[in-house]
Amino acid sequence: MSFLDPATHLVPRGWRKILYINWPLVLLVVAVSGFGFLMLYSVAGGDINRWARPQMTRFALGMVLMFFIAFTPLHFWRQFSSLAYLGGLLLLLAVNFFGTVGMGAQRWIDLGFIQLQPSELMKISLVMVLALYYDWLPVEKVSQPLYVLIPLVLIAVPSLMVVVQPDLGTAILLVLSGGVVMFLAGVSYWYFAAAISTAIGAVVSVFMLRSTPWQFLRDYQYRRIDTFLDPSLDPLGAGYHITQSKIALGSGGLSGRGFMEGTQSRLNFLPEKQTDFIFTTLAEEFGYIGTTILLILYTLIMIFAISAAIKNKNRFGALLIGGVAATFFFYFALNMAMVMGLAPVVGVPLPLVSYGGSAMLVLLGAFGLIQSAHIHRPR
Amino acid sequence: MIKPGKKKKDLSSRITRRALVLGGMQAAVILGLSWRMRDLQITQSNQFRLLAEENRIRDRLIRPERGLIYDRNGLALAQNQPNYRIVMIREQAGNAQQVLAELARLIYLPLEKRTGIYNEMRKRAPFVPVSVAEQLSWEDFSRVAANAPGLPGIITEVGLNRSYPMGENYSHVIGYVGPVSEADLERYDDPDPVLQIPDFQIGKTGIERRKEDILRGVAGTKRVEINAVGRVMRELGRNEGLKGADLQLTLDHDLQNYAQYRLKGESAAAVVMDVNSGDVHALASTPGFDPNEFTFGISRTYWNGLIESEYRPLADKTISGAYPPGSTVKMVTALAALEEGLIDPEEEIFCRGYIELGNRRFHCWKRGGHGNMNMTNGLKQSCDVYYYEISQRIGIDKMALMARRFGFGAKPPLPLPSISGGLTPNKQWKFDRYQEPWRIGDTLNAAIGQGFVLASPMQLAVMTARLASGRAVQPRLVRRINGVPEPLELAPSMQIKNENLDLMRLGMFQVSNETRGTAYRSRIEEPTMIMAGKTGTAQVKGITMADREAGLDETETPWKYRDHALFVGYAPYDNPRFAISVVIEHGGSGSAAAAPVARDIMLRALYGTQPPIEAYPRALWKDMREQQANEPPPNPGAPLAQSDRA
Repeated sequence: MSFLDPATHLVPRGWRKILYINWPLVLLVVAVSGFGFLMLYSVAGGDINRWARPQMTRFALGMVLMFFIAFTPLHFWRQFSSLAYLGGLLLLLAVNFFGTVGMGAQRWIDLGFIQLQPSELMKISLVMVLALYYDWLPVEKVSQPLYVLIPLVLIAVPSLMVVVQPDLGTAILLVLSGGVVMFLAGVSYWYFAAAISTAIGAVVSVFMLRSTPWQFLRDYQYRRIDTFLDPSLDPLGAGYHITQSKIALGSGGLSGRGFMEGTQSRLNFLPEKQTDFIFTTLAEEFGYIGTTILLILYTLIMIFAISAAIKNKNRFGALLIGGVAATFFFYFALNMAMVMGLAPVVGVPLPLVSYGGSAMLVLLGAFGLIQSAHIHRPR
Repeated sequence: MIKPGKKKKDLSSRITRRALVLGGMQAAVILGLSWRMRDLQITQSNQFRLLAEENRIRDRLIRPERGLIYDRNGLALAQNQPNYRIVMIREQAGNAQQVLAELARLIYLPLEKRTGIYNEMRKRAPFVPVSVAEQLSWEDFSRVAANAPGLPGIITEVGLNRSYPMGENYSHVIGYVGPVSEADLERYDDPDPVLQIPDFQIGKTGIERRKEDILRGVAGTKRVEINAVGRVMRELGRNEGLKGADLQLTLDHDLQNYAQYRLKGESAAAVVMDVNSGDVHALASTPGFDPNEFTFGISRTYWNGLIESEYRPLADKTISGAYPPGSTVKMVTALAALEEGLIDPEEEIFCRGYIELGNRRFHCWKRGGHGNMNMTNGLKQSCDVYYYEISQRIGIDKMALMARRFGFGAKPPLPLPSISGGLTPNKQWKFDRYQEPWRIGDTLNAAIGQGFVLASPMQLAVMTARLASGRAVQPRLVRRINGVPEPLELAPSMQIKNENLDLMRLGMFQVSNETRGTAYRSRIEEPTMIMAGKTGTAQVKGITMADREAGLDETETPWKYRDHALFVGYAPYDNPRFAISVVIEHGGSGSAAAAPVARDIMLRALYGTQPPIEAYPRALWKDMREQQANEPPPNPGAPLAQSDRA
């Protein structure tokens, strides 16, 4: 079933595929990215060359990539999944040895034309391999302990490799995305109840073991959590980010201070204003109206993606769409919660809006996977 | 066919259900985020807006320009001079140490100073200008300015600094400014925020201190937007301040300059005032100091020199010095008796050199005695015994009352710090102070300006002006504020009988114009400028019987035990214009040390320039010619101000 040609029940071929693309999703992605260009132009103080133009170039590149992936038959991606996962693991391993440590402690490999963050790739590879796993696994067996253990290992290995980078934010995203695929695949609720209880227990023990030789987190990670819980503890140090971020958000008011008029970002009170904290600039300049519009756009992306997942009768395709969509959701929800002071500052960019090449490419590639699953779904 | 179909349907429905559950949870999270956004952006918006403004907006003070000070003819006495300075901004310099080394080839900048500057720059934010050199000569300054393209980060600036072109001449009257200290902050109940400006200067002594409130002006404010590291991004608004008020003093620079010169070498004070208006034309106190040394931080050696000198250069002796006035107060004693009708001016009192009171002897300055003395003779020859006699008739309390009418015992209303009111004793005072009864001997001492009596040169000049004019003249130092004349009212009458005042004036005329007068040698010959006066020689140490028998030689006494030399006078006799008082600390006798100085200064005041030699007695012409020839050329001072020219 297609929006443009409801008559056909055949999987489209060749350039006709373009008619079967989920166009609302494409338009929403373009709209959100457009927001991003606008904000990058603004935080650079009206300098288009600083962040907006490179971002646009990557976006164009990403769109080509998206269409390329979208037009490639889904069964290719299905077979590519395990390779992608293994490749991702190798890259993660490589980055721990050869990578460059940069801002936010995330590691990347410089490929010349782009700085590749293997952890970004891993998010998608993990979803792919789990979708493949559950497509292969007979439905009756999904809740059997052994078959639950296998995906847990698949999730745990890359997550641990990312944690030691150290990049707690991405590790959490990996665990959550993987968990969502398991959830969609129908793993019993009890496992999730158990996992959530374990997580709570783990958090408690993490804090109990603080400042003992067995402490789990690095000191700066503990401090980040402290300041999250009470930013006033250290208003000029670690709490500075969150305090300034909330000031920027709140000072926008209903309609904002106007495009290019945000004082918090223009005067550099905001940290990492072009990356993780770009949402605050949006809030400052366009106010509650602007942030609500962005939130609605994100919500619409989720609605279209989930409905595409529900409509998809191919188990791999459905799980892939659902998993990728959930990853996207965790991205923006965690980022917003972080800048609003609802979550610790863990260094998660705002998807499609924050400045950053590899995130943009990976996200658009992921949307290509959604489109591929959508175009090539059984009818 | 049925089974797999069922299975497929089952599978499909399970994903749908799970997807819907997931979607529901996500919707809940999105609603939560939206609620939080509403909370921050709508409910708490005003509070955050305020915080954002606090972040970025700073009010900076604009330094007001300090008011200028002129003499009565519009000559600048305190001015704001351009300060040629060099500052450096680290972030523009590139290699700051190398730039400093380059700079050291153009101006004097030793290595340790360069290191200090470099360390200062490292401490500050990279865009903060740091002072490299102050008060450069124009040559150095222009050399650096010309080479500026080769010195990145070096900025040549012109600031304003207080300067005192007349140097020592006004060190006490005008005082000086200096950096704000803790004590300064405590002195003002409501400290002006402008005092917090780094390097701001505040009046420390003299007029600079007492007229600080109007000289300072009002700081303007400049509202600027700053970024997160404090760099000023732009100016949002400006509220210009007010320049401080310009003061024109009553002082006459030529006379002040001459008086300071004439007193040079002595620890001395001289006051010249207008007998009618009270305008103070000269307020000289020596030795002085260079106030310019203070404005930029004084050197330790200069400071130590000032505080260790027994001539007390820092003190303004004209107003804060309290001296036993000696015989200069005899007119007041005489008037107390005359006004009460206790003596007939023609009554003669016999002076045999001393009087005896109980078992004590009170000596006249003339050991052999004056013989018969009437009132004018008593004044002319300054016969102590005459005053011992009449003071016993008056009593101390009436004498004190008369002294107060002439301005003793109260601080003259001048805008200067640490003014002394002197001391005018009476019975109550002595009892309060020493819990001892007043003795008749105390009265005798007070009658000739000794004992407890103390007065400042300023008070003596006021007394003289009041004698000359018959009016309760008050001294005045500020002539105009911002070009607006200070109101000047005719002083009220002294309420003393004219005949009695005339008698005093006659006595004073005889002092300096008749043979045997104590100041006859220091008379003015020019008939239109005749001076009337009174000498005083005040003991600072009791003279013992042994001293008297040893025949007391002043030159052998240590400086600090020698007598103070005093003189008061006014001129011209028939139409008084100026009153003068001169006190020379430990100068010896009033007639020998103080009177000639007073005459010279008075002539200068009367002529307004170097007087003709004919004004002096012929016997002095030779000496005076020499003295006048050695006189330094008058300090030219700064150019006349346009608006305040008198």
